[in-house]
Amino acid sequence: MKKTFSIGGVHPDDKKISAGCAIESLPTPKTVYISMAQHLGGPAKAVVAAGDKVKTGQVIGEPTGFISAYVHSSVTGTVKSVGLRKDLAGIPVVHVEIAVEPDEWAEGIDVSDTLVTEIPQDPKFIVDRIKSNGVVGLGGATFPTNVKLCPPPDKKADILILNGAECEPYLTSDYRIMIEKPQQIIIGAALMKKVLGVDHVVVGIEENKPEAIAKMKEAIAALAALSSEYAGIEVMTLKKKYPQGGEKQLIDAVTRRQVKSMGLPIDVGAVVQNVATSLAVYDAVQKNRPLIDNTITVTGECFPKQSNLLVRVGTPLSYIIDYLGGVPENAAKAISGGPMMGKAIANLDAATLKGTSSILFLTEEQTRRKPETNCIRCGKCAEACPMGLEPFLLNKLARNGLMDELEQNAVQDCIECGCCLYSCPANIPLLDTIRIAKGEVIRIIRSRTAPKK
Amino acid sequence: MNKLLVSPSPHIHSKTSTRSLMLDVVIALLPSVIVSVLYYGWSAVAVLASSVVFCVLLEYLITKYLLKRPGTIGDLSAVVTGIILALNLPPTAPWWVAMIGAIVAIGVAKMTFGGLGQNVFNPAITGRVFLLISFPAIMTTWGGAKGFIGGADAVSGATPLGIVKEGLMQGQTLQQIFDLHDFSYAQMLFVNIGGSAGEISALAVIIGFIYMLARKVIRPYITLSILVTVAVFSGIFWLIDPSQFTDPLFNLLTGGVLLGSVFMATDYVTSPMSDKGGIIFGVGIGIITMLIRYFGSYPEGMSFAILIMNSTVPLINKFCKQKKFGRA
Amino acid sequence: MTATIIWTIAAITVLGVLLAVVLYLVATKFKVEEDPRIDEVEKVMPGANCGGCGFAGCRAFAQSCVEAADLDNNFCPVGGNEVMKKVAAVLGREVKEKAPMVAVVRCNGTCSNRPLTNDYDGLKSCKVKAALYSGDTGCFYGCLGCGDCVAACQFGAISMDPETGLPVVDEEKCTACGACVKACPKKIIELRNKGPKGRRVFVSCVNMEKGAAARKACSAACIGCGKCAKECPFGAITVEHNVAYIDFNKCKLCRKCVAVCPTGAIHDVNFPTPAPKPEKAAPKPAEEAAPAPKPAAAKAASPETVKKEE
Repeated sequence: MKKTFSIGGVHPDDKKISAGCAIESLPTPKTVYISMAQHLGGPAKAVVAAGDKVKTGQVIGEPTGFISAYVHSSVTGTVKSVGLRKDLAGIPVVHVEIAVEPDEWAEGIDVSDTLVTEIPQDPKFIVDRIKSNGVVGLGGATFPTNVKLCPPPDKKADILILNGAECEPYLTSDYRIMIEKPQQIIIGAALMKKVLGVDHVVVGIEENKPEAIAKMKEAIAALAALSSEYAGIEVMTLKKKYPQGGEKQLIDAVTRRQVKSMGLPIDVGAVVQNVATSLAVYDAVQKNRPLIDNTITVTGECFPKQSNLLVRVGTPLSYIIDYLGGVPENAAKAISGGPMMGKAIANLDAATLKGTSSILFLTEEQTRRKPETNCIRCGKCAEACPMGLEPFLLNKLARNGLMDELEQNAVQDCIECGCCLYSCPANIPLLDTIRIAKGEVIRIIRSRTAPKK
Repeated sequence: MNKLLVSPSPHIHSKTSTRSLMLDVVIALLPSVIVSVLYYGWSAVAVLASSVVFCVLLEYLITKYLLKRPGTIGDLSAVVTGIILALNLPPTAPWWVAMIGAIVAIGVAKMTFGGLGQNVFNPAITGRVFLLISFPAIMTTWGGAKGFIGGADAVSGATPLGIVKEGLMQGQTLQQIFDLHDFSYAQMLFVNIGGSAGEISALAVIIGFIYMLARKVIRPYITLSILVTVAVFSGIFWLIDPSQFTDPLFNLLTGGVLLGSVFMATDYVTSPMSDKGGIIFGVGIGIITMLIRYFGSYPEGMSFAILIMNSTVPLINKFCKQKKFGRA
Repeated sequence: MTATIIWTIAAITVLGVLLAVVLYLVATKFKVEEDPRIDEVEKVMPGANCGGCGFAGCRAFAQSCVEAADLDNNFCPVGGNEVMKKVAAVLGREVKEKAPMVAVVRCNGTCSNRPLTNDYDGLKSCKVKAALYSGDTGCFYGCLGCGDCVAACQFGAISMDPETGLPVVDEEKCTACGACVKACPKKIIELRNKGPKGRRVFVSCVNMEKGAAARKACSAACIGCGKCAKECPFGAITVEHNVAYIDFNKCKLCRKCVAVCPTGAIHDVNFPTPAPKPEKAAPKPAEEAAPAPKPAAAKAASPETVKKEE
């Protein structure tokens, strides 16, 4: 019996139509726009000005606070401007605009392909490298990885979980790197294992990716033969169910431990990192190479050229799309991320971020919402909710602004996975209202628990 | 390229819609419909047609002229109500009885509360109970219909439950009643000897149940808990006094227990959301049904039991919640 | 027979007396000491319980009026000066007159001024939309058009104009309770002085982008050129973050700013005549990069359209 998480979940069509496309490198564009807000937490502060020359991998943004990250130039060239530019949602964010010249890497970066398998023994060295190279979680939340790897001293992790579930339909970037760079990912895992001081690492992969499972197992076997640093790393095949890749769901699936409401994974002794993050950790620590590019899936049934591309951070989305033949005529929506949790792209001139994992095109028929009808109280939303909530109830409470009842009914536990809206036969925009209510309730809880001034 | 659509996630939706769910229920009802038409002939067709037509027509007229809202007949819920109501009527019922049933079901029980999803009581059962109380003679006369396949002459004037009830009232023991009448379990399973259109074949209902389970339209808890409760409850009394109380299998296969537990108690709107709540709901229906059968003045209590338990659903929903992730 | 009647009457009488005593005891024991003036003040309140005054309802407001030392900090926006005078009369206090206010929608991003760039397909709620993205047009600051303000208004004073896609305030019905101001996630609606005969001048734009960008997104945007500020003889206009703002306490309604605004972003309402034409030299747009402006057309249209949009 393959494991999966215990409550709810849905089974959207897999549609991994770009799975067979090997990763190819996208030529760098003439201009890149590197956002200073590529991570959760405080946006980085730009440390270059118009006219400056920058090299590939050079720091151009410094963190502004504990939860923040370095931003590096992904290209060599001249800074044209530092100023507001609209992101994919059309919201103005500070970007550094760089006119691209031929690559010239900053000093100290190993750009060779040699696999470095030796694990540094000093955890602090590893964390410093991760931090200075601007690694953030690439599973979606872009939480600074170094912060996640340094839990508060009173909490101790005993398991590291690598998230290779990629449970969202269409997405194949994680799948491709697991096939093409399995050893690097495992070395990255071993590095994080060293930092956390855990003995056990589980790579959770869904059963619909047998090739990735085989490759990862092979890599573990090969590396384990080299050094004892790679002992205790295993692959766990998980039953296919969305949202397996949700942090709390994955911990539940792998360890049968449930993170408490408003709690963090570390409370149950687990740390979850995406496989792409693990790859970035490998590059950062073993090669001293900053996070300046990532694998992006460009897909959709209406899109003629399925691709998995290695793209420099800051490349305009429109450049990528034009490179592949332009926006298809019948595409109605472009999404950054998967169809369940991704963000709709309002502005195709926006640039890619560290956490951009895909550009997905859907047609009108696939994505247009149907008119809302009466709730028939079928309970399908409650059945689908992986957190065991009652979306139909939360929706009603949210529309009436009943904050106390919302809190009692655990709206703050919502992980915004979209299962409720996905499964609702009456097309009620459940998550739209719940998401807003969740934000408000969390604000109320925070203001209550915050120390009174 | 047009302007890009923007909406909050998720960007895809399951293919299940209210209409597709209702269509599945209609398909699940087909075996029972076919059996009743074959067995009761044209009169069953007339009852079915008039019930469905009046239900749909009423909903259309009410949404269009009274509520002035976009029409909702497209969701097929009125069709389901119509079919279930027809299956609950004797095949010999005249068309105007079906019409009154439809008025009560759609007009009173459904639309006055705000339409699909808002009603407290199951519309079809409300309609049936109204008719049962208003026209007891019509609603309990089963004979006279001419079927397409044999056996029409065998239709007696009462259901097995009615015969048993009457016999017991007259002081007969069950043994004496069963000796007088020929009730075989096989006959109950395939084609019963009397009853409303939907009650005559237990097997047809079971096929519908399996179809709905396979299509994930319903979850099995409500139905199973009703059946188990009926079996256990009647089993206990039967063991105490087999001469006065009918046996569990008889109780499961006769009357509206199967039809009610599969198609009526599982109505989304009027049943609890959670599985735990569904089990409580089902046990309640089972007990009330058997209390009415054994001790009440009506031979059958399924409809009343469902209506009574319908009224407890909001309370059950409030107290029976599913387990939340990461909470004790 | 007679005895029964007598006994019945006696028993009921005794019972009645006993219960009366109990009621009396309970009433005295659980008596809540409350200033009787609170009731009196509450009587003169409008009773809408809208919360526009900042209190939970009319009674809470009345209580606060009674307890406070003076009435300077309490004002009922719904009842206005009349009600406050009554309150003052009840309490035997003085009250200062406040200028009547009205909600003003500061966005002129009509469908024709602000071309759509996206098509929204979620729940029709400004809150949801604002949390998701910039809105359907190039303007990040402007009205989202989902009508949260309409839903928030208890007095039916705001409605959406289907032609412009912008909310319209009914001056007669608006009580300046501020519910719409709170409901608007883009902070477009502002409470401003109603002005003599309802006449007022305001900048109908909150776009903080630089001129060229603002202009590109919306042809009626304030581009922050500062002409109005220079023109204003009373120093009522300030330009901050590329957007002008008119202080309604300083504005003397001369309408010189309306005349010089190159984009028609400054609106004057309820004036009997159109704004005075500026000097012959047609105002040039501050930004060279901006697309060809149509100031004449925008201005000619402004008095009527504005009245409608108000």
